[in-house]
Amino acid sequence: MEVTTAWYLILGGVLFSIGSFGLLVRRNPLVMFMCVELMLNAVNLTFVAFGRDLGDIGGQAAVFFVLVVAATEVVIGLAIVVAVMRRQPDATADDISMLSG
Amino acid sequence: MESLVWLIPLLPLAGFALLLLGGRSLGEPNAGKLATAATGASFAVSVLVFVGLLLLDSHDRSFTFTLFSWVPSGSLSVDVGFLADPLSITMALFVTGVSTLIHIYSLGYMHGDRDFSKFFLYLNLFVFSMLILVLGDNMLLTFLGWEGVGACSYFLIAFWFEDEANATAGKKAFVTNRVGDFGFMTAIFWTFFAFGTLNYSEIFADAGSVSTTTASAIVLLLCLGAAGKSAQFPLYVWLPDAMAGPTPVSALIHAATMVTGGVYLLVRVNPLLAAADSWVPEMIAWVGLATAIIAALAAVAQMDIKKVLAYSTISQLGFMFVAIGVGAYTAAVFHMVTHAFFKALLFLGSGSVIHAMDGEQNMSRYGGLARLLPVTSITFGVGWLAIAGVPPFSGFWSKDEILAGAWNHNRLLWALLLFAAALTAFYMSRAVIMTFFGERRWGAGTADDSTAHHPDESQTAHSPGASAHVHPHNEPPALHPHESPPTMLLPLVSLALLAAVAGVINLPFVKDTHFLEKWLEPSLFHNEASLNFAGGTKWVLAGVAIVAGLVGIWLAVSIYLRKSMPASMVERDFFARAWRYDEAISAVAGGPGRKAFSALAFFDHKVIDGAVNMVGGAVQVSAKQLRRLQTGMVRSYALGIALGAVVLLVYFISRASF
Amino acid sequence: MEVVVFIACAVICVTGAIGVVVANNPVHSALMLVATLFGVAVLFLTMDAQFLAAVQIIVYAGAIVVLFLFVIMLFGVYRSENLRVEPIAGQRPLSIAVAVSTLALAVIIVAVATGGSPTGQQAATEPLVDSVTVHSTSATEALTDNQPIGEEIFPNVEQLGRVIFTDYVWAFEITAVLLTIAVVGAIALARRQRGEEESAAPVSPAAAPAPAAAASAASAPIGSAAASATHTEEA
Repeated sequence: MEVTTAWYLILGGVLFSIGSFGLLVRRNPLVMFMCVELMLNAVNLTFVAFGRDLGDIGGQAAVFFVLVVAATEVVIGLAIVVAVMRRQPDATADDISMLSG
Repeated sequence: MESLVWLIPLLPLAGFALLLLGGRSLGEPNAGKLATAATGASFAVSVLVFVGLLLLDSHDRSFTFTLFSWVPSGSLSVDVGFLADPLSITMALFVTGVSTLIHIYSLGYMHGDRDFSKFFLYLNLFVFSMLILVLGDNMLLTFLGWEGVGACSYFLIAFWFEDEANATAGKKAFVTNRVGDFGFMTAIFWTFFAFGTLNYSEIFADAGSVSTTTASAIVLLLCLGAAGKSAQFPLYVWLPDAMAGPTPVSALIHAATMVTGGVYLLVRVNPLLAAADSWVPEMIAWVGLATAIIAALAAVAQMDIKKVLAYSTISQLGFMFVAIGVGAYTAAVFHMVTHAFFKALLFLGSGSVIHAMDGEQNMSRYGGLARLLPVTSITFGVGWLAIAGVPPFSGFWSKDEILAGAWNHNRLLWALLLFAAALTAFYMSRAVIMTFFGERRWGAGTADDSTAHHPDESQTAHSPGASAHVHPHNEPPALHPHESPPTMLLPLVSLALLAAVAGVINLPFVKDTHFLEKWLEPSLFHNEASLNFAGGTKWVLAGVAIVAGLVGIWLAVSIYLRKSMPASMVERDFFARAWRYDEAISAVAGGPGRKAFSALAFFDHKVIDGAVNMVGGAVQVSAKQLRRLQTGMVRSYALGIALGAVVLLVYFISRASF
Repeated sequence: MEVVVFIACAVICVTGAIGVVVANNPVHSALMLVATLFGVAVLFLTMDAQFLAAVQIIVYAGAIVVLFLFVIMLFGVYRSENLRVEPIAGQRPLSIAVAVSTLALAVIIVAVATGGSPTGQQAATEPLVDSVTVHSTSATEALTDNQPIGEEIFPNVEQLGRVIFTDYVWAFEITAVLLTIAVVGAIALARRQRGEEESAAPVSPAAAPAPAAAASAASAPIGSAAASATHTEEA
């Protein structure tokens, strides 16, 4: 038995689905963020797997940029969370519903 | 010279435009003089074009001058073009001529009126519209003029609109006309559908190519329009009410020009009449006859002098329709011309009398005015003799032509028409006697019981300069009737001369004296019915007609002058109320009509508006439901995105090929 | 051997992932995330992405998760949501459906693409999807095309560097700008607003008089400022 690309892909799929489930179910904004990180990691895994499979370094380059942007996103996101939670320390995602119609 | 034809309608239009811009500042009398000059110049140009046509050969006498392309829309191409052919120039001549005389008359009649310049503004607009109607070379242009004269008629009838009765009369005229206009419009649509063009020359060239049903339908619809405009049964109800307008308006519009529009239209489309089923002209003749008799009988019992003349107009128009129906187009045009002269004369004369009697229009308060108003009574007398059909005045010749045409077609038609002619002589003589002869039923100290018992029949006109005043019923006010000013007398005299001698344009003696018939030939395309009886019969018919006229006059004299027979024998209430026709219409419209209208309004409000509102309501309801999606909850949105992504993935995977 | 490594790492990753989702305490979630990140880093190593593995540990686990922990600590860990209650109707079942279907789709794609044999030799060498093409310029062609990375003709870092600074330099520059913007934005978002500075100010003048207490006073405002800011905001 050999570890083929397919295994990595399926593992990535599993991580992605767990991450998406967590994102939709949890209300604590920080935990939601962590689930997003999970999803991004799953995608990174997939990228690298394909990159190796196709013999193209572009996959890893993509992961590089994903990492950078994920970091950026976390910075901004946490800044927003801080700004919101300063007013209401036990704020959850459900409390930010000012755009209701 | 015939290329000047485009000036004929444009001169009154220029007058209208100038008065529109500066009429009020011009004021009396310059505004009136400007308007009169415009119309007079138009008449002069008409004469020039007439001469120009005379100089051409008889089969060349049809000249079209196109100003510009008006509606170039797909297969429909309508130009603003003027057709100068014998028929249209005849119409243009007497329209502009009579209009000019009436403009001069109005200078005197409307003296002192607050809206002096507005009156002439409308008059010029009217002349322009009428000339468009007459000179247009296609049906759409004729219809434009048709609508224009209808609108001007409304403006002028309701000229003194502060009195609600006048405004209502104007509305009635317009609405009744509209019913006819519907017929005309549908005829235009059908014509375009059948012929592909609206141009007269093109239609007439093709007239034989359509089925008789199509031609009949078009002609019937045109008759509906003509019935509205020319006050035939059943659309004549507006004309008596239109007497609420100033007398020059009644003379010009409702006697000489606008009401002849329907007659002109039917004469113009004579090829279509010839192509239609034979029962269509038959029907026109009988409708004309019915109108003639109904109106004549109503006229015998009217007390208001203008109402007598109004019903007389309706009756004479009926005569013209009979002429059209039997194919005697020349007779119809002939009578149209002579009628314009003597009816305008009679109306203007009555205006002169009303002016003298300080606004009184009820003939039961007239009497013995002949000595006091000499010019008026002489000219009125000329008009009376003309309409009564006494030779050698013009009315005799034209009426005789119509009677000859009727005899040619149907003896019964002729007999009934003769009866109507006798009635014409009767009621006109009655009016003349009651007004100018007999004892004076006015002035101080006349405690006449008969005058005291005419409370509501009398209609006081809004004579210019005088406010509305209702005469007290018990004592007639002291009056000093005097002759009218020269501006009012000049047209009377001119029209009297014309009414006297106009018969010369189509004398029946020798073939050569049939000027009008020969002149109109190019426009009639040989559709004129030829008289198929011997020349001697003509003299007998003429004699019978003269006798009928004299009988009518004698009857009137004996009832009203000699008082040898009671008036109530003739003056039935039924006739006075114009056969209760107006009341019948009101009953139908007010009763079941109103219910129908309410149902229609309900339908419009609930169903049609409801459908539109329902769309809005549906949007509102659906929006309300959709709004529930906008919870503002981030997680719901995230779930939506995730679900959408899954769906898309499924879709793409199912379509992908591995 | 590879299989053992893979399975171990997979277990770690999945366990971490489930832990992130399930843990009540957000600090526990963060720690479970670290576990997942470690697992993924090792998997990168097995796929000869050494540079990325290192960067993963340094940046992700070392910076980002630490940032998370900072914020968690700032706002108190004892407050967490009650996981038994789900206020939005239908959220849980639908979320499960989404997760399951995503996984199912992934499995289906993989299964169809590999012809049902994920462990076959053939599948390892065949390209997974025919229509996928990745463009590289000639500078890297000699490096990347027809040259399995696992043979280590060139070091991974060098390969990556060459590509980033030639083919993808535009993206590189943009991400640099992006990072700058992120820093500026974060400061702008998270700084204290005007009203809060006023309430923080009175603390320092009151503590100023005592020079001996200046040292403690210097440190006190900083700590109390943070605490009082929290309290004033609560109020």
